[in-house]
Amino acid sequence: MSETAETSPQTLRDWLLSERPQSRMQARLGRFYMIWRRFTANKLAVVGLVIILALLFVAAFADLLAPYSPTVGDLRTTRLLPPGGEFLLGTDDQGRDILSRLIYGSRLTLYVVLLVAIIAAPIGLLVGTVAGYAGGWVDAVLMRITDIFLAFPKLILALAFVAALGPGIENAVIAIAITSWPPYARMARAETLTVRNSDYIAAVQLMGASPTRIVVRHIMPLCLSSLIVRVTLDMAGIILTAAGLGFLGLGAQPPLPEWGAMIASGRRFILDQWWVAAMPGLAILIVSLGFNLLGDGLRDALDPRGSNQ
Amino acid sequence: MTNALSISNLEVAFDHFRALKGVSIEVARGESFGLVGESGSGKSTLLRAVAGLAPVQSGEIRIDGKPLTTPRDKAFYRTVQMVFQDPYGSLHPRQTIDRLLLEPLAIHGFSDGEQRIVRALDEVGLGSGFRFRYPHQLSGGQRQRIAIARALIVEPSILLLDEPTSALDASVQAEVLNLLEQIRRDRKLTFVMVSHDLAVITHMCERLVVMQNGDIVEQLDAADLASGKVTQAYTDNLMRASEGFRRTIA
Repeated sequence: MSETAETSPQTLRDWLLSERPQSRMQARLGRFYMIWRRFTANKLAVVGLVIILALLFVAAFADLLAPYSPTVGDLRTTRLLPPGGEFLLGTDDQGRDILSRLIYGSRLTLYVVLLVAIIAAPIGLLVGTVAGYAGGWVDAVLMRITDIFLAFPKLILALAFVAALGPGIENAVIAIAITSWPPYARMARAETLTVRNSDYIAAVQLMGASPTRIVVRHIMPLCLSSLIVRVTLDMAGIILTAAGLGFLGLGAQPPLPEWGAMIASGRRFILDQWWVAAMPGLAILIVSLGFNLLGDGLRDALDPRGSNQ
Repeated sequence: MTNALSISNLEVAFDHFRALKGVSIEVARGESFGLVGESGSGKSTLLRAVAGLAPVQSGEIRIDGKPLTTPRDKAFYRTVQMVFQDPYGSLHPRQTIDRLLLEPLAIHGFSDGEQRIVRALDEVGLGSGFRFRYPHQLSGGQRQRIAIARALIVEPSILLLDEPTSALDASVQAEVLNLLEQIRRDRKLTFVMVSHDLAVITHMCERLVVMQNGDIVEQLDAADLASGKVTQAYTDNLMRASEGFRRTIA
């Protein structure tokens, strides 16, 4: 694809932007290309995308990129060394290289963020669209359940779940997922209510489509773009919640290089050996920022009201 | 011979507002039947009630002599189809024309989808160049043609038209009306057409009813309306209102 772009950029562009696509594939690619163009027009969004791609790259090649082991350090010679020299970001109290731990920790961060998104977003989408489309008592029951979950402070509810299920990264993921689906349900319901009485949904009803078909094939795709935006923007919050649980000792357990847990263990030397806590903090900051910028860019690119899509 | 559509004493109410107050009409097979009236007279509600989109309180609707069930069965949706007023609101904004036309075929289990889509597009005069476009890449008239193609693709025998041209400008209006007439002749369809435009109704329909406040005021032939042979004052007013409008633009 990139090769074609180099040899004949004008024709490929014309093909993508064609007013008369010749196939399903061309129509779909053309739409994605329009979104891509709007997305790349926003420079900050591209910065966000680059940060996230870099995170993916680091997580994928952690074995090759990390100079030292993330879990084993030399307690005699390499304890709490400052950044620079042999250890680029310094070492922690166990003599482990902080850079290597951050690199391996990116895997845990991605694991948490993606699992939460995969669990919470579909639940929220399903509950919201079904409630919005069905109306009546189905709506009332589903939305009251949502309200109950919304009424708890997120971190406190996650804490309660982890306390009940036992500490560990899997339980932290479940706890965060359980606490983060209600906003998606609310949003999907609001979106559904705006389209459920539209003529195009009535037209599909008139074709004899079942309610399941209408919700899954006609309403959910309309909620999807705002859901993607919302999830991307929430990813920063998920990272922070995971880090918060790690910090409290309820998330990933030692010696896993989870960024929140790393800050927690660095807290003891925060005045004399600041880098032990600051480096993972910086990593969390950069990745959160990346997700936020990406989400903002996606909002502008996917917003159906922003263009005549 | 049984009538294609027969409605007796139909009552429709939204909460406590009675939108239709015991309306009865008979539409013969192959006929083009008009519903005229001012905004809020209940003419669109009548169509929506037939389609199953409005809450019917009492009364009976029969299609080809058979009473309708609620909810409607699949056979109903293959007999009766509807074209909506606003072509900008009646096409799913995220689906290509292809997807849009494929949906009814998938629901009703047609196997020769490809050919049917191409044929449907040809029939409404768009050609397959439009097949993979999104609705936002089409003009209002083109969108309405797509809506007509979508309604016709399951081969209904009754077509409900809810002001199909009122959102279009005059020249496009004529094109779409001619297309509808052509299709009715070719397929021997029964039309029930709602409009507030008397000129459109006299052009398209053989018989019509005039509605006001959810009630039928008068039932008459299009020829009578054209020659001004009306009995009710309300119809007369409606006629004069539309003529007055014509004088001011001339």
